[in-house]
Amino acid sequence: MSIGHTLLGLLESGPRHGYDLKRAFDEKFGHDRPLHYGQVYSTMSRLLKNGLVEVDGIEPGGGPERKRYAITDAGITDVQRWLATPEKPEPYLQSTLYTKVVLALLTRRDAADILDTQRAEHLRMMRILTDRKRKGDLADQLICDHALFHLEADLRWLELTAARLDKLAEVVAK
Amino acid sequence: MNLGQWAKDLAMGVRFAFAGGREGWVRALLTAVGVGLGVALLLLTTAIPNALAVRHDREAARTDITYGDTTLKKGDDTLVVADAGTSFRDQDVRGRALEPEGPRAPLPPGVRELPAVGEMVVSPALKRLLESDDGKLLRERLPDRIVGTIGEEGLIGSTELAFYRGGEGLAPKVDDGPVTRIDRFGDPNPTSSERMDPILLLLILVVFVVLLTPVAVFIAAAVRFGGERRDRRLAALRLVGSDGRMTRRVAAGEAMAGAALGLVFGTVFFLVGRQIAGSVEAFGYSVFPSYLNPSPLLALLVAVAVPAAAVLVTQFALRGVVIEPLGVVRTAKPSRRRLWWRLLMPLAGLAMLYTMVGQGRDGGEFNQYLVIGGVMLLLVGVTALLPWIVEAVVARLGSGGVAWQLAVRRLQLSSGTAARMVNGIAVAVAGAIALQMLFSGVAGDYTESTGQDVSRVQMQVHVPQGVPLDSVKEKLAGTKGVDRVFGYSEGYVGDRAHEADHFTQVTVGDCASLREVASLPSCREGDAFVATGGEYDEDGAQLAKPGRTVYFDPSSEYEKTTPVAWTVPQNLKEAPSVKDPTGFKRGGLLLTPSALSERAAQAVAGEVYLRLDESVPDVREYVRNTAARIDPFADPMVWTSTERSDQFTAIRTGLFIGATCVLVLIGASLLVSQLEQLRERKKLLSSLVAFGTRRSTLSLSVLWQTAIPIGLGLLLASVGGMALGAVLLRMTDTPVQVDWASVLSMTGVGAAVVLAVTLLSLPPLLRLMRPDGLRTE
Amino acid sequence: MTAPPGSLLAAEELRKAYGPTVALDGAEFSIHPGEVVAVMGPSGSGKSTLLHCLAGIVPPDSGSITYNGRELATMNDAQRSALRRSEFGFVFQFGQLVPELTCVENVALPLRLNGVSRKEAEKAALSWMERLEVDDLRKKRPGEVSGGQGQRVAVARALVTNPRVLFADEPTGALDSLNGERVMELLTDAARSTNAAVVLVTHEARVAAYSDREIVVRDGKSRDMERVV
Repeated sequence: MSIGHTLLGLLESGPRHGYDLKRAFDEKFGHDRPLHYGQVYSTMSRLLKNGLVEVDGIEPGGGPERKRYAITDAGITDVQRWLATPEKPEPYLQSTLYTKVVLALLTRRDAADILDTQRAEHLRMMRILTDRKRKGDLADQLICDHALFHLEADLRWLELTAARLDKLAEVVAK
Repeated sequence: MNLGQWAKDLAMGVRFAFAGGREGWVRALLTAVGVGLGVALLLLTTAIPNALAVRHDREAARTDITYGDTTLKKGDDTLVVADAGTSFRDQDVRGRALEPEGPRAPLPPGVRELPAVGEMVVSPALKRLLESDDGKLLRERLPDRIVGTIGEEGLIGSTELAFYRGGEGLAPKVDDGPVTRIDRFGDPNPTSSERMDPILLLLILVVFVVLLTPVAVFIAAAVRFGGERRDRRLAALRLVGSDGRMTRRVAAGEAMAGAALGLVFGTVFFLVGRQIAGSVEAFGYSVFPSYLNPSPLLALLVAVAVPAAAVLVTQFALRGVVIEPLGVVRTAKPSRRRLWWRLLMPLAGLAMLYTMVGQGRDGGEFNQYLVIGGVMLLLVGVTALLPWIVEAVVARLGSGGVAWQLAVRRLQLSSGTAARMVNGIAVAVAGAIALQMLFSGVAGDYTESTGQDVSRVQMQVHVPQGVPLDSVKEKLAGTKGVDRVFGYSEGYVGDRAHEADHFTQVTVGDCASLREVASLPSCREGDAFVATGGEYDEDGAQLAKPGRTVYFDPSSEYEKTTPVAWTVPQNLKEAPSVKDPTGFKRGGLLLTPSALSERAAQAVAGEVYLRLDESVPDVREYVRNTAARIDPFADPMVWTSTERSDQFTAIRTGLFIGATCVLVLIGASLLVSQLEQLRERKKLLSSLVAFGTRRSTLSLSVLWQTAIPIGLGLLLASVGGMALGAVLLRMTDTPVQVDWASVLSMTGVGAAVVLAVTLLSLPPLLRLMRPDGLRTE
Repeated sequence: MTAPPGSLLAAEELRKAYGPTVALDGAEFSIHPGEVVAVMGPSGSGKSTLLHCLAGIVPPDSGSITYNGRELATMNDAQRSALRRSEFGFVFQFGQLVPELTCVENVALPLRLNGVSRKEAEKAALSWMERLEVDDLRKKRPGEVSGGQGQRVAVARALVTNPRVLFADEPTGALDSLNGERVMELLTDAARSTNAAVVLVTHEARVAAYSDREIVVRDGKSRDMERVV
């Protein structure tokens, strides 16, 4: 999952200090792995360098955590592109997808759209596998089946999440 | 197994009978309505003997004119009663003129106060008729002021037409025909009941068996409503740990609950039907609701037998079914239907009846048990044979259109269900055919030909004493719708004034009238003739000798009269007799009025015969009104070619009423099971419609599905019915003759019921075929 | 939006309500000959209703459906029935085989409804049963065969008239994975070989994976995923 895009997305709702960003990230996405300040600092400086964020102000005392960041137009475009691009269907995708959905909800984008796009991508992959399976031998079939079942599990998660978007929006809005 | 567990299982069944949401209720309701209709019919049947008895008692209690020969003396407790009855169209109107001779004169039952002259009390039905436009012509005849109505205890039916009117000057006519003096109402010599003719008794027994067997078949079918769902439910019970016996007890509880609710429904239906029966007149018969009280013992029997039968049928139905926890297994191959015992039943029935062949004549007696047993075995045999035949035939049915294929395949898979459905109709039709044969066979004995020629004369009016014949003829000739009037004064002469041995008829009329009865060579007023070639006239030639003295109204030991001597005129001419307007060749003396002495003229009574213009509506009512103006007690006779014995009519009536009820009942049950079957196939029907099946194809397949078993059922019913009819005719020693008209009409009625059921099940079928059935959410 | 050029069956702006329940609320659809389109979505989303409308079983409250350039709304019930008989085929989840008829009679049924003689119809039915590997069941009744076999019989029946469009509503819903896959393989192979279009309603991704593309129905609205991506 992309921490850079996630932090950018968080900035869309308004300029924040570094430590604010960390706290918001931890709260929404970092349930098991809180961010280090260092990670925030290095990510932000990369985004700064790429022109996706700008420094909005610095509080006395110095240090990266004292800087207030704001997203640039280029940054918003970048977030948009990231959200709209389906992830390559692969295992353990859900943390990224979850992040995307929450960010979409936070930034008042259409979260269902993200899920549908992702589902289409998954199905595209499944079609390829199904096709390969039909043409292949037993070994191919078994291997493809394994992948298909995993993809199907993801897809089910997508369905379920789509069905619960309203609830999630409530939780995120808090 | 202890009693508590039993009770618990049964109670669980009772709960299941009504549980299961809307569907459960609907099923319980259907069963209850089905059983209820059967119970109502059973109760009605048990009430019929009682109703007949009550009718008989009421009739006896109001008896007044007995034509007895003991004359009461006038007193302060006597009443003179005259028959003032009349007819209106086809209905008889019972009427009496009452003249009290003292303050203690008796009151007829149902009347609170004797009507004064110019007043009358009438039955409610007559009151309605008189007050309607329909009854205008009758009102003309009964103009008296209506001062009250006759109570129920004075009537023998809710639609009986009856009146009592005040009378005047009746005393001198006492014991002159239908005028009598009484000091109380009621039959002085009450008969407990007529001993029944053995053939009539046989008819009644068969009617009852024929009506009740379909009811039993029907109840058996009703408790099977929803059988498949019940099986699934029992399977679910097995899954949670009940054993096979427990499930059977639960099923028994369910059946009992349905039957018990059916008893309640039946009682309600019966009470409602009883009320309705009070306002219905069928074939000239009507009853009061209070007549229809089932005898308590028979009612109790019904209350016990119906639930017991329901439980037995359920257990019987579960016989070939093994209820497993995961579903219902029908024993792999349902044991093939065996023919021998099915064939044995009707044959045994025939054998039982055969032992009584020829006993119906000359006071022979039928063994009631053998009759009932034989008829029942034969009819139940039909129901046993039908499933076998349906199975055997549908297994061989060949190809046809899609509708035909769908129907035949369904029948092949479940021919038993189909056969059960039509069993009731088959039994009813078989029984009815047998009865119709029996009726038409013995009808000759009970239908007397009156020998009257209705093409020449349609009515006859008796001229009352003291009224000149000519004035009556004149008045009648001036009546609307009367074409021709023939009138004669008629009487008899004997060879001696007392204890005469030889008699001959005397006919008095003008020349024109006399020409109607004999071809007269010539005729002038004052002529006298002797008719030659008359029927039943042995003594005519002997008595009709010129100069011989003969006596009108000779008296005898039994009847004291005042004989009138009369001398046969010298110029007596011979005239060959021809058929008179009554279709009879008269013999004896034919006289013109002045050939008779004045005293002798008193001894003959006038009869006027009328030829009517049938195109005039209610022509008979105009004649009756004229006759009533001449004499309020006149009751002109309407000529018909045959007259039926009353008892015979009553049984026929019973059969018709009963058969109608049974067929309607069975039609209802057919409809109910048809609808249930359709509901179970809702999804299938919708999917068939989805892939483009024409609605007509499915409708047609439903029709075939009923028509094939019904066709077979009617065929078997015809054969069985004719066999039964033939044996019954042999029993009464009547030549066996198949009454094809009744066979056709009875099978026609059966087929009509099927058609009606199919038509009525079409709207729900079309509704079920709507694509909504495909929706699962 | 007008129907995409070359489409065999297309629907626009479909609306359908059952009483207060809105099943379709502006759904769109189109399919080309030889195409397999999966209709996906959560249960209750209106996908079955969409199928029923497309097949002319249920008339929509508003919107248009064109099949082969003909507007379904202009046809009467008898014409739509005839269309379903001759041009469409149907496979449902269950309850579709007539329990009294043998399997071969079931397969022959649509042909017989079209007036084909019994002998010919059953011959054609048998060849389709062979293709679906259930020809050995011809004398059996639906109650005597397994779910997978029954469904293959149903597929054979749906294809026996060589339909231009095959409608399949959860065709594998009552089957296990192996049987379900086999049925889907046979169904799509057969449809492709006859160039029939397949409208496949399913909520299972692995079934939908047999399609060429999918549309998603949610709250009565449809999304054509191909156009979005």
